[in-house]
Amino acid sequence: MLLWQTSQTINFAQGEFVMLPAFFVLAAMKLGGLSFPLALLVGLLAALLVLGLLFKRLVVDPMLRHGVLPLVISTLALAIFLKEGVKEFYAAEAQAFPAAWATTNLAIGGAAISVQSLFIIAVAVAAVALLQYFLGATRTGRQMQATAQNPLLARVLGIPVERMILYTFLINAALVALASFLISPIYLAKFTNGETLGLVAFVAAIVGGFNQVRGAILGGLLVGVIDNLVAAYWSSQYRAAIPLFLLIAVILWRPQGLLGRAEERTV
Amino acid sequence: MKANWIASTAAGMLALCAAQVQAQQTVNMPIVIELSGAGAVSGTNFRDGAVLAIDEVNAKGGILGRRISAPQSDTQSNPGISRAQVQKAIDGDPYVILGPVFSGSVKVNMVLAQQAEIPQMTGAEAADITQMGNDYIFRTSFGQQASMPKMAAFVAQGMKAKTVAFLWVNNDYGKGGRDVFLKEMAARNIKVVADISSESGQVDFAADVVKLKASNADTIFIYTNEEECARLLREARKQGVKQPLIGETNIISQKVIELAGDTANGVKGHVGLTADAPIEAVGEFRDKFQKRFKYLPDHNGIKGYTAVYAVKYATEKIGKFDRKLLAKTLHGLTITPKQEPGILIETTWDAKGDIDRISFLVEVVDGRQKVVQILPKLGK
Repeated sequence: MLLWQTSQTINFAQGEFVMLPAFFVLAAMKLGGLSFPLALLVGLLAALLVLGLLFKRLVVDPMLRHGVLPLVISTLALAIFLKEGVKEFYAAEAQAFPAAWATTNLAIGGAAISVQSLFIIAVAVAAVALLQYFLGATRTGRQMQATAQNPLLARVLGIPVERMILYTFLINAALVALASFLISPIYLAKFTNGETLGLVAFVAAIVGGFNQVRGAILGGLLVGVIDNLVAAYWSSQYRAAIPLFLLIAVILWRPQGLLGRAEERTV
Repeated sequence: MKANWIASTAAGMLALCAAQVQAQQTVNMPIVIELSGAGAVSGTNFRDGAVLAIDEVNAKGGILGRRISAPQSDTQSNPGISRAQVQKAIDGDPYVILGPVFSGSVKVNMVLAQQAEIPQMTGAEAADITQMGNDYIFRTSFGQQASMPKMAAFVAQGMKAKTVAFLWVNNDYGKGGRDVFLKEMAARNIKVVADISSESGQVDFAADVVKLKASNADTIFIYTNEEECARLLREARKQGVKQPLIGETNIISQKVIELAGDTANGVKGHVGLTADAPIEAVGEFRDKFQKRFKYLPDHNGIKGYTAVYAVKYATEKIGKFDRKLLAKTLHGLTITPKQEPGILIETTWDAKGDIDRISFLVEVVDGRQKVVQILPKLGK
């Protein structure tokens, strides 16, 4: 969503972007012999380099000048390349990924609440709050928003548009790395993880509103809660179809998404 | 020009002769197996076990003086691809086909091997695989019709459960197991209070664990593939599941213990083969495997290893490479470790290709399988 706002990049490899940083960490531990905290740092830096800088320079910049569709096709190809690359050079099997938090439970009012879940929620909320603060309350953030709203005018006003777009790619890389570190201890690290995550993220973004951060958050919550309620109380066989029904309903009745803003573009 | 032509022809003939000599000196035993996809854990173990045995046999001169050649192909855990890979393997005129492990794949490709009259040593466990009148399919582990009654007896006597919650994987393996298990539970008057299907490759088990927990069953029986077992165990810990978790083979396998970490501790179940069996030959196999592949083998590693030695023993018994005769010989054959040390545990194949050997009740303690009871062969 951030990428779309600033550079009209629809990234169909986003799921694979979430899958990959976990393998950077595992490789740093296995091949480099690093401790887990150091490996997390290496994983983050590698994600910034590969999924931020190199993705922009080697894939987006050359393809975007040919239009959105060639870029979409390129990201589809990139998704396959990343998936098969991990399978070929690391492992086809799932890998255990260490958790950065305790895996114990808290007993509150007779309910067992996982410390792991609380930690994930806390980190996710903190990340979103930090992002909102950065975009809304800092000079660089406002420059990025101006770039997203009107790059031409932003350039006229002296905003370094290219640098702002690069920052967006780096923020995207940092966020996918964070997501990877949070989700991999639960899902295990596997080269196919991106298939599920990418689809769910895409559906959540469209349901919530592709041009609003709070829309994507609402979309993610909605899809996650509905998916689990359906699986728990109706049918786990049809759970994968429900987010897609939601997607169709939103496209039919509110194409800008639940919290999205209708945009007009000259074609 | 003429000299070049003569030289090229001579080189071509030499290459042809060399290829023929090579073909005469080797016996082709392709490994068609799950090296990626949902069955990668099982397939990789089976492949590595087979490769270990093949290298040992080759180092000792091969089978009847011929070295084993074992090209590998990946079914990607996909029945359609497995069929194509088995057809490709058959085009290479194999003596035996090793694999696959996934029941759904075996059901669609074993017909090809049957038509070509090529014995197939499979790791699949679905009950109906050996019920289809195929004289060329041979198991390397228990079918569900053998393992599920042992598991049901464990639920009734070992766990003393009156109610059970059952989670199974919605593929041929899971459905086959479910059919036999439900029948066994009904026969023992044990009520199945939750009957939950899950998907192969599923990553999120939060909702499934909610249902298992809410069932208030005396015990929870998990019957899915290794990676999914590990994810489920982690989720069960997250949700504070208190009921005992049990399973048949996969959930107590070494790979699940590795992936699930300490959440696997306390899980109990039945396993046809285990690298932690208190048998000297199995221990030696485990050490060799771990030294070579840098990980502990699970039951699939033993399946691949013993499959090669079963073929070796039966072939040497008949004294020639005859596929039809090999299949005929394997039916009703018992191989003891004294006759063939590579078989590790005394094993019998019946007229349908089903296997019989001792098996084990185990519990995961401190990240290792601990054998708590050895169950005798069914035929004894």
